[in-house]
Amino acid sequence: MATPLSGELAQIGKSVVIKGELSGSEDLYVDGIVEGSITLKGNSLTVGPNGQVKANVEAKGVVVQGKLEGNIQASDRVELRKAATVTGDVTTQRISIEEGAYLKGKVDIQKSDGAKAAQAK
Amino acid sequence: MASVTQNFMKLFRGSSGAPETTTPAQTSQKLTRRSSGLGEAARSWDTEESLCILDLGSTSPANIRYFTERGHRIYSEDLLTSSTEPSLVTKDEQGNTVLDSRKFLADNLVYPAAHFDAVLCWNLPDYLDESLVKPVVGRLWSVLKPGGTLLAFFHTRDAGPDSPCYRFHIISPETLEMQRIVLRRETRRGASGAVHTAVTDGFRLQRVFNNRHIENLFRDFASIKFFLARDNVREVLVVR
Repeated sequence: MATPLSGELAQIGKSVVIKGELSGSEDLYVDGIVEGSITLKGNSLTVGPNGQVKANVEAKGVVVQGKLEGNIQASDRVELRKAATVTGDVTTQRISIEEGAYLKGKVDIQKSDGAKAAQAK
Repeated sequence: MASVTQNFMKLFRGSSGAPETTTPAQTSQKLTRRSSGLGEAARSWDTEESLCILDLGSTSPANIRYFTERGHRIYSEDLLTSSTEPSLVTKDEQGNTVLDSRKFLADNLVYPAAHFDAVLCWNLPDYLDESLVKPVVGRLWSVLKPGGTLLAFFHTRDAGPDSPCYRFHIISPETLEMQRIVLRRETRRGASGAVHTAVTDGFRLQRVFNNRHIENLFRDFASIKFFLARDNVREVLVVR
């Protein structure tokens, strides 16, 4: 059930530490440490098993295998894998949480405009 | 407060240069049980209105799915695991080892007053350290809306001290799946920078509340209803 990644993928390796604002228009894989904010509006973020992200995240899809401290705003979906540790609020259209994942925060499912219109009919 | 000391003595075994990893709770097979308390609580969740629910058990994909499918917002906070934080250990005025409830409540259950329509406490009061039980119930009272409900499970006297601690997954409005918490292993870095490995064999039953204790615990609430189950558990539904 992996979030489909677009063609380009930027990677932050496990020895890399970044502090500040990260934004872009390609998918991002973080296996290092990121503190600040991450904005990938039409793309996906994957936090790898060694990844430690302390940031508010805005992306299309977010997959967490490591640690993420901050709020997640995903326009499509969020996946918390079994070793994921997330502290923060999650706002998304769809979420999947594997057995063993840890979440401290709110889960708010926001329906797409299409779904809202269908429901209103 | 021997239990706190014993737990923490048991927790820390070794400080070698092991890799810093976190292994989530390992769990065994699941059991299914009927829950009248859940059934009664669930009636109030069957509404068009978007409710705000607080789940204090281990993160449960089933519970998150159950509530989000119904258009409700769910907050997940595993208080039992949070209570094992080593920095909470302190001494009271008599020199007994206790957990610092002020620090605990500064880091956990931090929500605006009257924020939640329902709180799922599950078996938390039976397994939470004594020094935290009343402060936590007091905080839950303040974060519940007037008329909001709280569901908790208490063991009866027939339950032994080794009664396993379960996590609870909502399968249907009257059915729960229980999953025993067997092992949690994590590695923390202490103040000196040394790595400590913490291992727990689940959580131990701390005490057995009788009906009067339970009524006292929730005395600030408007009403309390008991449901006696077959498996040495009383289900309690309280309304703020």
